[in-house]
Amino acid sequence: MTEAVIIGVGLHPFGRFPGKPAMDMGADAVRLALADAGVTWPQIQGGYVGSFEVANPDAIVGKLGLTGVPLRGVFNGCATAGTAVALAARAIETGEHDLTIAIGLDKHPRGAFAADPSVAGIPSWYGQTGLFLTTHFFGMKINRYMHDHGISHDTLARVASKNFRNAAGNEKAWRRTPLTPAEILASPVLNHPLRQYMYCGPDEGAAALVLCRADQAHKYTSTPVRIRSTSLRSRRLGAFEVQSPSFPVGEPVVSPTVDAARDAYERAGIGPEDVDVAQLQDTDAGSEIIHMAENGLCKDGEQERLIAEGATEIGGRLPVNTDGGLLGNGEPIGASGLRQIHEIVLQLRGTAGTRQIPGTPRVGYTHLYGAPGVSAVTILST
Amino acid sequence: MTTAQRPVAEGLFTWPPSASEPLRLIGSECTACGLVSFPAASDCVRCASDESKTRLLADSGTLWTYTTQNFRPPSPPYDGPETFEPYSVGYVELPGELLVEARLTEPDPGKLRIGQDMRLTLVPYAVRDDGTEVMTFAFAPVEESAQAESAEEAS
Ligand SMILES: [Zn+2]
Repeated sequence: MTEAVIIGVGLHPFGRFPGKPAMDMGADAVRLALADAGVTWPQIQGGYVGSFEVANPDAIVGKLGLTGVPLRGVFNGCATAGTAVALAARAIETGEHDLTIAIGLDKHPRGAFAADPSVAGIPSWYGQTGLFLTTHFFGMKINRYMHDHGISHDTLARVASKNFRNAAGNEKAWRRTPLTPAEILASPVLNHPLRQYMYCGPDEGAAALVLCRADQAHKYTSTPVRIRSTSLRSRRLGAFEVQSPSFPVGEPVVSPTVDAARDAYERAGIGPEDVDVAQLQDTDAGSEIIHMAENGLCKDGEQERLIAEGATEIGGRLPVNTDGGLLGNGEPIGASGLRQIHEIVLQLRGTAGTRQIPGTPRVGYTHLYGAPGVSAVTILST
Repeated sequence: MTTAQRPVAEGLFTWPPSASEPLRLIGSECTACGLVSFPAASDCVRCASDESKTRLLADSGTLWTYTTQNFRPPSPPYDGPETFEPYSVGYVELPGELLVEARLTEPDPGKLRIGQDMRLTLVPYAVRDDGTEVMTFAFAPVEESAQAESAEEAS
């Protein structure tokens, strides 16, 4: 099977851009990715574009060129971008196309996501009585995890502080003001034990990747980044997942992240011990901690020591969310996972500037998790 | 004076609770594989059978995890009072049945702990313009509900 490689990346800044439609941000990201790859829009043979707010993001061809290119809209909650890149890679791997694009764009209103529970197949009373909040799940999951595995409030604060500090060195990040763990612990509790500065916020932004056949990459770049595997899993019966009015008793069932990670490692022929830099879904500081273990990067409970030692810092043994993650960048849902891959590509090329991790990183890892219990993993290498 | 009350939804819990029909959550049980569901579901997510029977769930269990809600949720869908009072939510494990998500009567996380005994109750989570209280199910720490009952008996 032909392998897909990334030859170009483009990122519109994440944040708030009054008056600028999501589609325009997406087009800017595509132009950056095309320029980075040294190709033009008419050369693109197919692609996948993801968005939550834009009903038909494929209409972006109206800004880029009406070439007749097959461009398919995709959506899988917070794993949307994982789906876009997986399908763009698959089109190359199966020989359908030689040059494809993955695009993500979104523009969310301020504040927590509000929706009718019926969109998730959940009865109205669940929303009316104040249970339909994703933030509840993250608060409850880390509260249980802290109880079971001895994670402290200080560690939650250290994770958030690291991500804001990393974002401060990222000119495209939204939240670039460094905050100390003490400042984070002084912010108001939103959902015990999570505080205001431990949560990411919905915002705006776009990202794009240009992919091609590995055997043609030399025509475009001397630093292609290989897509070693992609995997997406949904929740299994018995797993504790976001927006569940109930779930069965019995032995604990692993989250879709564990399933997606195992599958991705196996198909890449790469183990967690080989990962040099990781981008993990940090909807909140607790999620980053839990996701370290769910992605096989440490054992449950080891995070307390690893984070105290600085292992997840730029310069540590396992840098996590070097661009600031979701805490620093916010989450435009359709673009978030492509932003993660954009950062991994810069790190593997050695062009991440002040955020560049030392040494010669070879393997990068990205992970997404979202409602209603869906997870996507992408493993990349030089 | 008696205050008019109504349940937030029909078929969610026994209503009105009485001596002959005490308060219980109304779940369902798959007639093919026995999986217990709440709220009651006609389709089974384990074996895909579409036949189930009503099952009244246990009215007590243990607290599996919890969190607090310290800001007013977006409206819609939330239709509680404009004046927001923080509340707690958690999952209570009903042994042999399921873990159910519910509001908790104790808003102070310092007074909640994983593993503590909890008992089903009702709370008026909203009051309509005509004074009708809209009731939903909640779980109370057993110590607290025992005290409340003895206080009620004393008055
Ligand atoms: Zn069944």
